Amino acid sequence: MNKDKLKEFAIRYGFILLAGLLIVFFSIFASGFAGPRSAVFIFQSVAITGILALGVTCTLVVDGFDLSIGSVATSALMLSAYMMVVLEQNAFIAVLACLLMGAAVGLINGFLIVKMRVPDLLATLGMMFLLIGLQRIPTEGRSISTGMRLPGGNLAEGTFAEGFLWLGRHRIDVVLEKLIPVPVIIFLVISIIIWIFLEKTRHGRLMYAIGSNERAAALAGTNVSGYKILAYMISGVTASIGGILLAARLGRGDIASGTNLLLDSVAAALIGFAVLGAAKPNAFGTAIGALFVGILLQGLTMMNAPYYTQDFVKGAVLVVALIFTFALSSRVRGGNH
Amino acid sequence: MSDVACEISNLEKSFGPNQVLRGIDMKLPAGQVSVLMGANGAGKSTLVKILCGVQLPDAGSIKLFGSSFQPKSPIEASKNGVITVHQSINDGVVPDLDVTSNLLLDGLAHPGEGFLLNRSLMKARAAEIAKVIGYKGNLDAIVSRLGVADRQMIAIARAVACSPKLLILDEPTSSLSATEAKRLFAVIEKLKNDGVAVLYISHRMSDIRAIADRIFAMRDGQISGEFEGDSLDYEGAVTAMLGKKMTDFEISISAVSSPVLQLCNLRLSADSKPLDITVSRGEVVVITGLLGSGKSLLSSILFGLEKPANGQMLLDGSPFEPKNPANAIRLGVHMSPKDRANNAIVSDFDIGANLTLPFTKFFSNFGFTSLKRQQAACSSMIDTMGIVCQHGADMVGTLSGGNQQKVIVGRWLLRECKLLILDEPFQGVDIKARRDIGAHIRATSDNRATLVFVSEIDEAFEIADRILVLHEQSIVGQHVNKNIDLAELLSQVSGNTESIEQAEMVR
Repeated sequence: MNKDKLKEFAIRYGFILLAGLLIVFFSIFASGFAGPRSAVFIFQSVAITGILALGVTCTLVVDGFDLSIGSVATSALMLSAYMMVVLEQNAFIAVLACLLMGAAVGLINGFLIVKMRVPDLLATLGMMFLLIGLQRIPTEGRSISTGMRLPGGNLAEGTFAEGFLWLGRHRIDVVLEKLIPVPVIIFLVISIIIWIFLEKTRHGRLMYAIGSNERAAALAGTNVSGYKILAYMISGVTASIGGILLAARLGRGDIASGTNLLLDSVAAALIGFAVLGAAKPNAFGTAIGALFVGILLQGLTMMNAPYYTQDFVKGAVLVVALIFTFALSSRVRGGNH
Repeated sequence: MSDVACEISNLEKSFGPNQVLRGIDMKLPAGQVSVLMGANGAGKSTLVKILCGVQLPDAGSIKLFGSSFQPKSPIEASKNGVITVHQSINDGVVPDLDVTSNLLLDGLAHPGEGFLLNRSLMKARAAEIAKVIGYKGNLDAIVSRLGVADRQMIAIARAVACSPKLLILDEPTSSLSATEAKRLFAVIEKLKNDGVAVLYISHRMSDIRAIADRIFAMRDGQISGEFEGDSLDYEGAVTAMLGKKMTDFEISISAVSSPVLQLCNLRLSADSKPLDITVSRGEVVVITGLLGSGKSLLSSILFGLEKPANGQMLLDGSPFEPKNPANAIRLGVHMSPKDRANNAIVSDFDIGANLTLPFTKFFSNFGFTSLKRQQAACSSMIDTMGIVCQHGADMVGTLSGGNQQKVIVGRWLLRECKLLILDEPFQGVDIKARRDIGAHIRATSDNRATLVFVSEIDEAFEIADRILVLHEQSIVGQHVNKNIDLAELLSQVSGNTESIEQAEMVR
């Protein structure tokens, strides 16, 4: 009995406890780790992947999966640069175009999955390829920056709008001067919105019902197709927001950036399964999962771990989290049946 | 006259607290066809799964030609000559391969068969097998392009090709036409002469008349009757299978008021007879019938999951053509589906969220779920249905089967409706829960029409005002639940045409 309780405690709070221990450990052994600037840096390093991970969480909730998020983000990066630098539009139009592009990609993903009955992994894999290719066509595979030579022979004369760069670079004064970057605030706001949507609204609940037993949800009159499409649209829009922030930070349409976005954000969402013993996709867990990876990498970097060990560390965390979720918590749950 | 091919004694199997097999004793003689009959949940499929090595028994023994037999895997079972053709055809064929490969699949899966495929040798062997079963289709055709009947024949041919000693056929004729069924019977006859024991699971009287040497009736995990001899007592077997324990239940027949649901000349499928059903407000009508009689199809049509072939449906006098479940619910039709684990329970949710699943709109403000209202509705439903739990926030998976079923039925009683459909509401439910659910359905039935589909007769007696008997997608009997002639009812269920004709003449 006592052993069971201990196990349940470990499953519920193990991951958060581990994160706390890591923070204490790094605060002691990595000089400069403890402090507001360092904390903000961690948030900033995970903001974009976190935003993408929140979107993929929504598709995981309906028992789907979105592999196209990384390429939606890089497409948004290229599209925003193209809108401003080549087409010389303002920041608002550029942002709007990216959001619409994300929603449209989500709609097409949902349509392929729901109406064309393409399995989710394959549909979004196809979409990923398609977007990676598509974003290279307008510039013949080159990055976009002011003054570049266009395929037609003219020079691109537009520039990144100040307002657009503000999204990625501005820091807001909170206690300390220029402390919190805008992307971190956007990440926190989206976390809260997705959390409220999934946990506190009937739509979120119906999406969880679809993920748990699609047939039961359908027989209870749920619009299964509609909610699935909605999930992919949310995923597309959040991924495009991630892309916009990346573009605003870089200040150019860099064709080679964002390659790690997909794996990092999927890992964060999956690590989130283990947080609070949820054993299912959830917004809070996803945000914590992203931060966990950020804390670990920041701490290790400050302790002079070389950059090339980063992916190994992420992979190890993911595997441990998955063991937490699937081996331990399912065993405790299984005992009830 | 013949040896016992397979002797099963005192076989037991439980899943958690649910005892599915309670001591099965059977002797299957070689060279004979033994038919196994049993209602949903009687334990037939568990028995078959144990015989073919998918599951292990908890107790009891199986002897195959005198030697002990306890297969741990399907391969082990088939090595010992126990070959099974499962009811779900897709278990028996690989759709993406051609007919030849399918027929020879067991050989291919056999270790030591060689590495490369010898196409011409394969075709010759496949042709031989096809000849035995009388399959005349193209052997190069891809199975996924073939019809259901051809697939079924291929699955059977595959089994026959393994030269079985005990052949288990689970509802093999369910998708065959009459001529194909005859071909199958000829094959079975040949196998019988070769000394193969056949265990044949079916309810179809035509099948049983054609090939059965004996009938085992199964009920609640036990053999409830064994029938053999020249004139097989089919009706007796149906009675044993359904159980006729008359309960001390006294139903006071409700007064009938205005009709709510009217089905006029409705054909469930293109080749079935039209049926007429009227269900009135305040009335509980039970439709009973064997597996495959059309109960599931009718309930699916009423809930917008399927379309009828033709005919008219009226709800409160206006045309009723539900497009999907959401539409049906909006029009005032609630349906609790059968098979709660697959169709109704959301195991990740607690009791409250499961109860309110179809009506989240009414338990939320501007889209935000109102836990307060949900809790209120949940605890009142827990009280009225007598759901045994600690709290409404218990996960639904922690409840017993009967209490889960109460949650699922209670779900559709949360809000009023015009027509409540309950498909097998007592499936996998203990007697206490069954009484609770039945009593609650009757107690709340005044302001709606209630239509219940059950296959066990005594469940019908406990709840019905009127009992309709469905056979081959048409109504063959109608009884007010008072002093019912049980023999007549059972013969209608089993599809005995004489009594049906009599009943039609009386009408």
